[in-house]
Amino acid sequence: MSVAPPASGRMLRAGTRGIKGTGWVGGVCIGIIVIAGFVAVFGAALAPHDPNAVDLSNAFVGPTAGHPLGFDLNGRDLFSRLLVGARTSMIGPLVVVTISIVVGSLLAVASAWLGGAFDTVTSACMDVLFAFPGILLAVLTAAVFGASLTAAAVALSVAYTPYVARVLRGAALRERTQQYIAALEVQGLSGFAICARHLVPNVAKLIVAQGTVLFGYAMVDLAAISFIGLGVQPPQPDWGVMVAEGETGVLQGYPAESLCAGAAIMIVVIAVNVLGERLIDKAQGGSR
Amino acid sequence: MLRFLAKRLLVLLGTLLVSSFVIFSALFIAPGNPIATLSGGRALPHASIVVLERRYHLNEPFLQRYWDWLTGVLHGDLGVSITLHVNVATLIRLRIGTTFELVAYASVLIVLFGIGAGLLGALKPGLIDGGVIIGTTISAALPSFVAAVVLITVFAVNLGWFPAQYNGTGGLNQVWHLTLPAISLAIGSLALVARVTRAAVREEAGKEHVQTAVSRGIPGRLIVRRHVLRNAAIPITTIAGITIASLIAVDAVVETAFTLNGLGSYLVSSAQNKDFAVVQGICLVLVATFVVINTIVDILYALLDPRVKLGTRAG
Repeated sequence: MSVAPPASGRMLRAGTRGIKGTGWVGGVCIGIIVIAGFVAVFGAALAPHDPNAVDLSNAFVGPTAGHPLGFDLNGRDLFSRLLVGARTSMIGPLVVVTISIVVGSLLAVASAWLGGAFDTVTSACMDVLFAFPGILLAVLTAAVFGASLTAAAVALSVAYTPYVARVLRGAALRERTQQYIAALEVQGLSGFAICARHLVPNVAKLIVAQGTVLFGYAMVDLAAISFIGLGVQPPQPDWGVMVAEGETGVLQGYPAESLCAGAAIMIVVIAVNVLGERLIDKAQGGSR
Repeated sequence: MLRFLAKRLLVLLGTLLVSSFVIFSALFIAPGNPIATLSGGRALPHASIVVLERRYHLNEPFLQRYWDWLTGVLHGDLGVSITLHVNVATLIRLRIGTTFELVAYASVLIVLFGIGAGLLGALKPGLIDGGVIIGTTISAALPSFVAAVVLITVFAVNLGWFPAQYNGTGGLNQVWHLTLPAISLAIGSLALVARVTRAAVREEAGKEHVQTAVSRGIPGRLIVRRHVLRNAAIPITTIAGITIASLIAVDAVVETAFTLNGLGSYLVSSAQNKDFAVVQGICLVLVATFVVINTIVDILYALLDPRVKLGTRAG
């Protein structure tokens, strides 16, 4: 066996190679995600107006020159709030996915590798966590620690970890039985080295696909938690918060704020879901 | 089979016990002392603090406290709301009907339209199938609260067909009030069920025994009913059960969106008001329901598919 390239490089290539094979639809999805990511980073600089500048004389006024989406119930510029709101709406799910993927993968690989008592205990813990739907855990966390995006993100990360762990444990177990692993063990490589340099890179495609799918779920759940008032707190603009704040307008026949923020969430979630489905198909179909 | 059932029930009891312990301990993970959490940061007279201490057995060792609390729960004692000074069990009983009706209504929609759309897509390739795929892609990404806003805008504010808020007064009026909430609650899960149904039916329809039946000249309807649907029923039942169980969490969002007076919206407002006993009580009820439904799905799955090695759930 030749010297393997550094694991991080292979992980990266597994990601990019996976993305290349997703066709033009995948390309469009990636385009949407990149734009959303760009807005999340530079939204505050791109916003033409102060997202929190209240002007009650403009309440519920429709689109005008310089205000392409009009104003919300407090006369704040909707387009600016939408741009600035991208930050919490995108970074929240990113945090959730990062934590649950890292913790879930570590637990899965360790369970598959060590087996025995460690595997039994981990699986039992995961089974208990399965009993808590993400939103419910977030509500409980908010009741204990107070409502914030951080509390919601941590709660969701904990709730998502068993899903990651279960899928990846299966994949890692399948990989564990491959001959090349046995060959490496015979060569006297440590278990840690085999996992880090060979096993994990070989399930990298599945990890990337899993992370993509989870991002969509996390985005919807976090927006829902902000919508019920237990996540991002107003007046901070966030897409979930904006849907909730727009409800007053909805009942009075001015649904612009809720619908714009809702559409923003949906466009990103559709892009992420479609891309994630394709990546999963590829990861499962293309596995050796 | 009996051994399998006994094992599943044992796991169920274990899960219930541990999750109740997690919900109980949440009170003690909170920063500050438990009294502060229980009171939601409100200043309480000394007498009330003594009552709370006695009620939650705060002067006893931790496990003793849990045990006392658990025996209380099993006797229907879920504590007292700090804001309303009413038993949590009573507060839950007043609201659980609405939540049950809403989830049941949404479940009916999911089963009818989810499986229906999936069948349509699988059996009518081409334009109809394409429509089902696009429709389910969009509705799978439609968060319940966005669906709520869209439905209220179109059917309540613009067309005026349905009410936008509040419970009904029972009977048909309640159904009328719960229609838009039920659709919002169902729409995402419906897409998932449709997708799985479509995939399962297509897979079964491509199998050899079905091809044989076709070549024997058996009418299409009969093939679908006898050979395709029976086998496809297994994954469909599983996904329908799992998605219906997951409605329990989303319910809180939909009830809040439509200002319904059910368990979910009450859970949310109690979390906002830091009424800890209520949050604890409702979480306990919802998690227990969730776990029980999942166990039922597991058992159904084993019953439907005798080939399944009992004790393992595929995928």
